[in-house]
Amino acid sequence: MSTPFYVSPQQAMADRAEYARKGIARGRSLVVLQYADGIVFVGENPSRALHKFSEIYDRIGFAAAGKYNEYENLRIGGVRYADLRGYTYDRDDVTARGLANVYAQTLGTIFSSAAEKPYEVELVVAEVGETPEGDQIYRLPHDGSIVDEHGSVAVGGNAEQISNFLDQRHRDGMSLAEALKLAVQALSRDTNGSEREIPAERLEVAVLDRTRPQKRKFKRIVGRQLDRLLAADGASTEAESSAEDGSEEQ
Amino acid sequence: MDFLAEHQPELLPGNRQLPPTQGVLEAPHGTTIVAVTFPGGVVLAGDRRATMGNVIAQRDIEKVFPADEYSAVGIAGTAGLAVEMVKLFQLELEHFEKVEGAQLSLEGKANRLSTMIRSNLGMAMQGLAVVPLFAGYDLDRERGRIFSYDVTGGRSEEHNFAATGSGSIFARGAMKKLFRDDLSEEQATTLVVQALYDAADDDSATGGPDVARRIYPIITVITEDGFRRLTEEEASEVSRAVLQKRLEEPDGPKAALL
Repeated sequence: MSTPFYVSPQQAMADRAEYARKGIARGRSLVVLQYADGIVFVGENPSRALHKFSEIYDRIGFAAAGKYNEYENLRIGGVRYADLRGYTYDRDDVTARGLANVYAQTLGTIFSSAAEKPYEVELVVAEVGETPEGDQIYRLPHDGSIVDEHGSVAVGGNAEQISNFLDQRHRDGMSLAEALKLAVQALSRDTNGSEREIPAERLEVAVLDRTRPQKRKFKRIVGRQLDRLLAADGASTEAESSAEDGSEEQ
Repeated sequence: MDFLAEHQPELLPGNRQLPPTQGVLEAPHGTTIVAVTFPGGVVLAGDRRATMGNVIAQRDIEKVFPADEYSAVGIAGTAGLAVEMVKLFQLELEHFEKVEGAQLSLEGKANRLSTMIRSNLGMAMQGLAVVPLFAGYDLDRERGRIFSYDVTGGRSEEHNFAATGSGSIFARGAMKKLFRDDLSEEQATTLVVQALYDAADDDSATGGPDVARRIYPIITVITEDGFRRLTEEEASEVSRAVLQKRLEEPDGPKAALL
């Protein structure tokens, strides 16, 4: 008869964390930045159909790095939570804080329950406010903790290096084109410090735009509009991008 | 919605136990809704009156709602139930869009509404019927389409124009005489106001434009660019133009006899 090895709880948790971290690090990173009129999500994603960013509710967006099936599961759960909340009470009663709490609970439970493997995902839940001060960005690592972020945040493989880069260069009140450029710059730096080019087709970009007249502020930026923003140098593009709104829907 | 049915079935309109009632229950009712297609889109409009028996329950009720970016619902029947049905319908379309990453087809939306009306049949038998009119822009076929329903959820596509509610017979008569194939968007909005005026003229449960209180019909236009509700100024402009003409000819424009 074999005796099971004794593994200390500290060791068990450390192993699980290590496992999850490695899983997340395999994927490409993505960044979420505040800009003057909202919040922009930028990531490298060769697929047009399998999104890393998506809409949860009117003012709330979702971004995830890691294993697709796991974060897709969480995303649908989030949409359900938000829609059910909004239907039972009111659209205003759905908040990023509430949603982040639910995600934290879910991730935390999965992380510490002995039976399952931890989820290899790292999430960002962002809510755009009426003013830049009202914006909220929450980062949710694999273990179920919540980090309240300001300005910029990066998750995924190379996150630490990218967020250092962003912290130094990001400032409040950037235009969408500026923020987008900074994000692409940050993403194109490799671990060893060398830079590589990310073509526009491989970028997935979405915004939560507070100037949008509709209730639902989430919008994907694709095609011509993305090219124009990448080509533009700063200030002049902002008016254009909001004027474009209706024409190039998702 | 499947998820709702599983987790909180009491939130679904069809899943409630009905109390036994004697006779017909009195509750606010909605009234005349009209829709007209024109090249490039569809106009859906509704009057603003809710009645409870012979009492006007509300003068400025809203009975036309956007269902999503490219469709709208106008409701006739029991106001409370109808508003809830529309809320659930809106939620369902939005939920589908977010989860699947694509919109339902217009047919799909119309079918879904059909099922929701059918689930209300029990209530309808007790006199609490909901009979909506659904209109939308079909992005695949590139034209505006109208769907009408009966209390059992039977769905039928209407061509050119349609009406529902207690004043619908009068509104339909008016539209039949005024409709033509080459209406512009402005002409189509004028047409629906004419039809609503005629409905209000002959049906006590339909309200006409109320100039004194600045209550005008709700007029919505759905085109390739999406849903748009006319602002109060725009609606008042159309309504006043119609009223002005009616001062001279109370029965409205005359159609040719032959």
